[in-house]
Amino acid sequence: MVAIPSRHKSLVLLAGVVLLQVLMLAVQIKRQSEGRLIRVWTVGAVSPFERAGSSGFGWFRDAWRKYFALQNTTRENEQIRRENDSLKLQIAQLQGKAAEADRLALLLKFRQAHAEVPMIAARVIGVSAGTASLTIQLDRGEHDGIRKNMGVITPDGVVGKVVEAYSNASLVLLLSDKESGVGALLADSRIQSPVGGQGEPLLVMKYVPNDDSVNLGERVITSGMDRIFPRDLPVGTVAEIKPGNPFKQIRIKPAANLERLEEVFVLLSLRPLEMKNEGNSADAQAPAPGAATPPPAVRR
Amino acid sequence: MNHAFDIRGESHIEVHKFRAGAIIVATLLALVIQSSFPIHFAKAAVLDLPLLVTIYFGLSRRNPSTGLLLGMFIGLLQDSLSGPTVPLGLYGIAKTIIGYLASSIGARLDTEHPAARFALTFAFFIVHQGLIVLTRRILLAQPEPWFNMHLIVAALVNGLVAVFLFLLLDRLRKN
Repeated sequence: MVAIPSRHKSLVLLAGVVLLQVLMLAVQIKRQSEGRLIRVWTVGAVSPFERAGSSGFGWFRDAWRKYFALQNTTRENEQIRRENDSLKLQIAQLQGKAAEADRLALLLKFRQAHAEVPMIAARVIGVSAGTASLTIQLDRGEHDGIRKNMGVITPDGVVGKVVEAYSNASLVLLLSDKESGVGALLADSRIQSPVGGQGEPLLVMKYVPNDDSVNLGERVITSGMDRIFPRDLPVGTVAEIKPGNPFKQIRIKPAANLERLEEVFVLLSLRPLEMKNEGNSADAQAPAPGAATPPPAVRR
Repeated sequence: MNHAFDIRGESHIEVHKFRAGAIIVATLLALVIQSSFPIHFAKAAVLDLPLLVTIYFGLSRRNPSTGLLLGMFIGLLQDSLSGPTVPLGLYGIAKTIIGYLASSIGARLDTEHPAARFALTFAFFIVHQGLIVLTRRILLAQPEPWFNMHLIVAALVNGLVAVFLFLLLDRLRKN
């Protein structure tokens, strides 16, 4: 047996550990496995702390925005403000709660307007732990009826889809992630094309030929062809158009604010929604051309 | 002064020990903050707290084996929390190597000065991102750019945060 010099032992261990992880990666790619068991354990262990952390940071943010951040703008009232500090802090907390109540009222209104569509409200309790993916974690899971591949929306528009459902939490891949995509069409011209993320705030509409006419500001809605989202949900608006080869390079500003999500809805079925607050609802609800054809490969 | 000393060559480099559970608590906190903080402060996503914790304990413990195993543990936890689009091992491999490098450098240099900590964190951040891009390109066949300005800005921000975070973590050391 060959003895390993002690100074090389850590190097051998490094090689072994890296090799082990490379093999683990290879196995995941080969078998399309996602290491679900390890993820379930980790999320199960960490999500209670995430809930607490999310609430704590939310309180801190509200207090900061409504109270501390205003200090520079009212220097001349230093003396008066000092006397009112404790009162303002209370007001700040109440304002934070009022803002939350407003958001919840908006969600409730949206929910009541679509009472026939099975959906469930959920709170965002975490985001992806790194920059390699754009995901959010919700406080609802399989116990609440959430399953993999269900669509996630806000009253503003499409957010993403559920990629993992754990017992009391679920993971949502945001539309802006590079791996994400949704079947979409331009509301006015009715041109169909998948919209996907690029890991940036703006989305991209992929396969619109140069010959087709697209206007800046044109609304983009779901086509329903991906069998995840019902038709006519707002996806975004056209923000940038450049000629490309062979397709136009169209960038879309998402309808939902994907960088500031706090409460969302998970669609529990594909039943069509009628977006009543959309201005051009007649267009939005007109049948999509080619709706009877099999769905294109819009999800990567 | 700590009783544990490690003599390497002619220099005396102190091996720091920590209060019981400090490493586990710091790791868990880093992961929780990493996944909760950006909900309310979107720009905070530029931070990589699990990486900073890996670097800190690597530099302080100065044992390459411990450093690389801690890096692997933190990296795999981060992989697990990043959703199914991030395969288990992506952050794991990068942080294993960073843990090893940090401990190896910590065993040879005195890394207590804030300037040294800033420079090392800046460099480790770049190497870490380089390893992730390398893994994505070679093992996962996913095209990723090697370099952009965002990387430099993120490395500078992480280096700056590391200076203050490390001072905070120094308080977890046993006297």
